[in-house]
Amino acid sequence: MTLILAISIGCLFAGAIYLMLRRSVVKLILGLLLLSHGVNLLIFTMGDGVRRGAPPIVDDAGLPPANVADPLVQALILTAIVISFGLTAFVLALAYRANQAVGSDDLNDMIE
Amino acid sequence: MYDSVILRSVARLMLPILLMLAVFMLLRGHNLPGGGFIGGLVASCAVILQMVAFGPTFARRALPANYLAIAAFGVLFAGVWGLPSLIGGQPFLTSLWLPQPIPGVGKIGTPVLFDVGVFLTVVGVTTQIALLLAEEPLLFPTERGPADGEGAPRA
Amino acid sequence: MNNHLFLPLIVPLMGAALAVLLGRRRTLARAVVLAVVLFSTGYGGWLLWLVSVAGRQATQASNWPAPFGISLVADLLGATMLFVSSLLMLGAVAYSLATIEADYEQHFYYPLLLLLLLGVSGAFLTGDLFNLYVWFEVLLMSSFGLLTLGGTRGQLVGGLKYVVLNLVGSTVFLIGGGMIYGLAGTLNMAHLGERLATLREPGLATAIAGLFLFAFGSKAAIAPLFFWLPESYHTPPPAVTAIFSGLMTKVGVYALYRVFGLVLANELARMAPLILALAGATMVLGVLGALAQTEMRRVLSFTIIAEVGYCVMGLGLASAAGLAAGLLFTAHVMIVKAGLLFLAGAIERSAGTGDLRKLGGMARREPVLATFWFLGMLSLAGVPPMSGFFGKLALLQAGVAQGQYVITGVAATVSLLIFLALLKIWNEVFWKKSYEDQSKLPRVSVAALAPGALLVVLSLVIGVAAGPISELSALAGAQALDLTGYAQATCGAGGCEAAMSELMK
Repeated sequence: MTLILAISIGCLFAGAIYLMLRRSVVKLILGLLLLSHGVNLLIFTMGDGVRRGAPPIVDDAGLPPANVADPLVQALILTAIVISFGLTAFVLALAYRANQAVGSDDLNDMIE
Repeated sequence: MYDSVILRSVARLMLPILLMLAVFMLLRGHNLPGGGFIGGLVASCAVILQMVAFGPTFARRALPANYLAIAAFGVLFAGVWGLPSLIGGQPFLTSLWLPQPIPGVGKIGTPVLFDVGVFLTVVGVTTQIALLLAEEPLLFPTERGPADGEGAPRA
Repeated sequence: MNNHLFLPLIVPLMGAALAVLLGRRRTLARAVVLAVVLFSTGYGGWLLWLVSVAGRQATQASNWPAPFGISLVADLLGATMLFVSSLLMLGAVAYSLATIEADYEQHFYYPLLLLLLLGVSGAFLTGDLFNLYVWFEVLLMSSFGLLTLGGTRGQLVGGLKYVVLNLVGSTVFLIGGGMIYGLAGTLNMAHLGERLATLREPGLATAIAGLFLFAFGSKAAIAPLFFWLPESYHTPPPAVTAIFSGLMTKVGVYALYRVFGLVLANELARMAPLILALAGATMVLGVLGALAQTEMRRVLSFTIIAEVGYCVMGLGLASAAGLAAGLLFTAHVMIVKAGLLFLAGAIERSAGTGDLRKLGGMARREPVLATFWFLGMLSLAGVPPMSGFFGKLALLQAGVAQGQYVITGVAATVSLLIFLALLKIWNEVFWKKSYEDQSKLPRVSVAALAPGALLVVLSLVIGVAAGPISELSALAGAQALDLTGYAQATCGAGGCEAAMSELMK
């Protein structure tokens, strides 16, 4: 499980960085999106369920309950998703405007 | 552009269903998967579906509301329900519950009301962003129209 | 419990929502905004007094016991930054009331300012690493809006770079936060500090420290990561430039102080030479950029970078004295730089340009403004009666006391070069004769002059009251490195690990 996740994270990061190094603004934004997905998956693997096998929860007897995933990483990911959702909407609007003002999608034209 | 018969028929049917699903999601949120954020997204999906099927002008008429005001009101509403515990000498947002569950609705406490505020905020912000992005060519038909910051989502 | 710590978060949030709701009723909306900012400033002063008298204050959001919930902790470092930030926000709102265009106001300029204040206050008060990330996003989101609100070509292009760079920085912060949770199993900063101090595999902690250095460094605009700042800072209205110069980079500096001082104290000792080298490079590159520019706000933008170098130098010294000096310098530079930018904005507004070659004759035209500018310039350069002297003196003393002669020498030299860059503005804008007929230009109004002038006067006051203020900053520097005290304030007398095992039973 950890290996599959690690490979997926690696692929997401590689794709993200490749896209971000292109000159097109749209590809840059797609790269940022992929990057945030990669980070979300990375946080997921940092949960106790994947790395150490037990979430930080105890039942009434003080023992770790069976079949419970680490809820904290899920909360963290949800927060990160919400934030990246809002930021993506903003960046898209901004790129659209910049595209209108500059008349090009090329970052090399985005100079004053 | 907006001429798919299938999409139009489905969209008409889905508007009330999605809105009901949104409220359902909202109310079960404090113990089960769901909550204000998810419910708000479902509700704004209802409007966005109208927008995709019929165009932004129709979507504005289908649910006529000032979405930005809804979002601002949602923030106020959510924040206000953190205050009772603060006045009672406990930290902000400490949950206070009614002792008995209300039949048909479930337990009512400040977290549920807080979630209603989140719901309103998410509905307002998401729908406003989507509608503005769709309306943009209508509002500024020229290639380089007067620019403004309306596309900016508010945190 | 100290539930009043929630007030600087609740009040701006509610105020922003109210101001949006009031919308077209402008007088009422303005009154709400002004009331919120006045409250925040008053509260910030009171909190600083309280913390200096009664020690750290802490509370737990929605009553979840620490270290499980989100703690809010105010120590001297956070309280000082909170007070200075709300003071600057008050100045920015006052300046905006006098100068901002109606178009901006219609597009939620004031609510965005309040959200910026909310994000900044949250970042200074939170005791939880992930919560710090959330507050960063809040303040970034509103800063994106403020930066691009005008929608001009320069704003959009500069804003795109700013947004993308900051997004990458935030993502790296998130990676670091996720990895530190995987390593230590907690996100409460006090608890993290306790657990990381006794770590068996410190290699990962070093990697995480590198990630945080990149993330906060890109927000604070340290050496290789500063290029977004001069691209974007001169494009929005002067009030926004001033508040950004005071808040945005300094929040990054605060996060560096907090995380490296408290959470990654071992790594701070290990990375100190690297941080010092980066600080030196930041100073030199910033001031060289400032010397090459020919527009007022661009020169000032580059000097912001040079000054961030000084703030980071305080961290790189890795001692209580260094942090104390860094904090003193940071507070001083926030006040003076914002004041100078307000004054520069007033000139730019009256003359219609910020180009040094076209301006001139301002000393004769606006003698009052010129006087305040001169005082502010002396303060920024570090001439004795002003606050800048004591900030720089403390830094240089700490550097010499710790035997870091290279960085001390660089800091002293760059200080002279900053003075040179500012003198260039002085010569061109105020001293030189104007080549154009300026008689038709409007005069600078008192309302546009007052915020900058008052901030410069405040710098003078800090200089006069340097004794008690240095004592306070020395205390703050000691507190910023004192993990045990911080953990006791957050989680109770036994520290966080003990509190957790108690709660797990």
